[in-house]
Amino acid sequence: MTAPDPPPVPPPSDASVPPPDDASARPSLFAPAPGAAPVGRMLLAQTLFEVRLLLRNGEQLLLTAAIPVVLLWLLTAAPVFDTGDYERVDFLVPGILALCVMSTAFTSLAISTGYERRYGALKRLAVSPLPRWTLLLAKALTVLVIEAFQVVLVGGLGLALGWRPSGSPLAVAVLLVAGTLAFAGLGLLMAGTLRAEATLAAANLVYLLLLVLGGVVIPLSGFPSGLRTVLELTPAGALADGLRSVLADGAGLPWGSVAVLAAWALAGLTAAARWFRWE
Amino acid sequence: MSAVPAVEISSLVKRYGSTAAVDGLSFQVAAGTITAVLGPNGAGKTTTVEICEGFRRPDDGAVRVLGLDPWRDGAALRPRVGVMLQDGAGFYPGARPVELLTHLARLHASPLDVSMLVARLGLESLARGRAPLRRLSGGERQRVALAAALVGRPDLVFLDEPTAGLDPQGRRATWQLLDELRAAGVTVVLTTHLIDEAERLADHVVIIDAGRVLAEGTPQELTSGVSDDVIRFGGPPRLDVGSLRAALPAAATVREVAPGSYEVTAPVDPSLLATLTSWCAAQDILAEGLQVGRRSLEDVYLELIGASAGRTAP
Ligand SMILES: Nc1ncnc2c1ncn2[C@@H]1O[C@H](COP(=O)(O)OP(=O)(O)O)[C@@H](O)[C@H]1O
Ligand SMILES: [Mg+2]
Repeated sequence: MTAPDPPPVPPPSDASVPPPDDASARPSLFAPAPGAAPVGRMLLAQTLFEVRLLLRNGEQLLLTAAIPVVLLWLLTAAPVFDTGDYERVDFLVPGILALCVMSTAFTSLAISTGYERRYGALKRLAVSPLPRWTLLLAKALTVLVIEAFQVVLVGGLGLALGWRPSGSPLAVAVLLVAGTLAFAGLGLLMAGTLRAEATLAAANLVYLLLLVLGGVVIPLSGFPSGLRTVLELTPAGALADGLRSVLADGAGLPWGSVAVLAAWALAGLTAAARWFRWE
Repeated sequence: MSAVPAVEISSLVKRYGSTAAVDGLSFQVAAGTITAVLGPNGAGKTTTVEICEGFRRPDDGAVRVLGLDPWRDGAALRPRVGVMLQDGAGFYPGARPVELLTHLARLHASPLDVSMLVARLGLESLARGRAPLRRLSGGERQRVALAAALVGRPDLVFLDEPTAGLDPQGRRATWQLLDELRAAGVTVVLTTHLIDEAERLADHVVIIDAGRVLAEGTPQELTSGVSDDVIRFGGPPRLDVGSLRAALPAAATVREVAPGSYEVTAPVDPSLLATLTSWCAAQDILAEGLQVGRRSLEDVYLELIGASAGRTAP
């Protein structure tokens, strides 16, 4: 018959040491040597890998870097909207920072995770030695790294355009992290439940809506008061308002905004944990 | 190696809604061997291996992989097991092949050298290119996925249809690689619907359909178990096979497998052949293309699947 091999003969116990008299024997490339890397190294590797892929993706860079920078620059230069009592740049920088958080923690995270899920990358990682919590932490760190780039970029441009920040950096950091958690929960919920194409469309649509209606570049004071109350309760509205009260008004930590963001974070992350499908 | 099986599946059941994708399946995989799970589409192959990989939870029965429960002891098991998902799935769409392999290597304690792995699998041209994985062809992704299953130097690999979508050279290269894995002491479990693949590669073949094991054994055992030999010949259609049947020993069966194409299954000896040819002479038939051969695994497989379909048909 055609089966060339005799029955299951176990291989020599140490395949990596060839017998000296057999010239054709090579150390076997595939001799098993299994084991997981230390978890800290896995976390670092996964984070760097994800950051690298994001920085290479043109559409993602458009969203996370180009649009905020261009908006800040154009809207500071041209008086398109009435920014009330604020200098235009002082009004815009906090709003653009909120936009940065939204673009990275929501739109970009949702789209990339949606496509990773669709191509089975998440499933593949689930059978790798990487623990699931490490994957989630790596994603969180990736978002924070990108946001740090954005803060430097937008803050630097703002300063060049005459921005004079006030308030406590700690309060700003708390708001950015709360906003990140709020948006990330919603982004992951979307990525884990919808098809990748639907996630792409919906994430971009929400981004556009909140860009216009979320108090990012257009003051919410211009909207009718009923609508305004609703918009202040969106994560974008709460984050932009909160950042503006610290950075432009020099107020302390705005607990109202933090509470709204925390509520979104709790709801979004809980729902994502409940309904996220890995394949 | 050890007497403990690398994989032990007993009375496994997995239901989706009211239908059972896996329906009381049991088999074992000896360490250091290649086992082929052979069956038609929808037989339950993927469901079975994905339960072994810890993706899906069994509804009933037990699975042990390297002595561990894949659902509960996944953390201990995952570093030791290499997985190739069906259709070469499981990649970051924007990553390049070498990037993905290098990244997966970093998750392991003593991984393979990625450039050696790339060379061994003949992926150099992909490695030089800058194309991300989402732009590669299905066959190219399959080969990257196979490399990804091996990069952590596992004890055991599960390969779900590893040669689907490959060209003939690609299939042959994969077969050689699997031989090499076995020689290195890696246990291989693969699924396939290709009979020749199972026959060529496997130490142990498990034929499944509708979530049940129909037969298992070495290719030799499977082809010799039911009956030994087959004689095939051609002639005019619709011969009276009953009279031939009556002339032959009791153990023989005669079938017209296609119009004008006949098959006699029996322990073949010279006198049986003489009986057959004299029957043909009496019928004034020139038996064309008369062949004596062992039943192939294909014959056994088609017979088993046919009988299984007959049982389950309404
Ligand atoms: N997630 C699922 N939900 C519902 N039915 C499923 C699911 N996975 C598999 N099945 C069904 O189970 C049966 C076996 O599927 P599968 O294990 O993929 O077979 P194979 O890999 O042998 O082609 C099929 O009828 C398939 O439709
Ligand atoms: Mg399958």
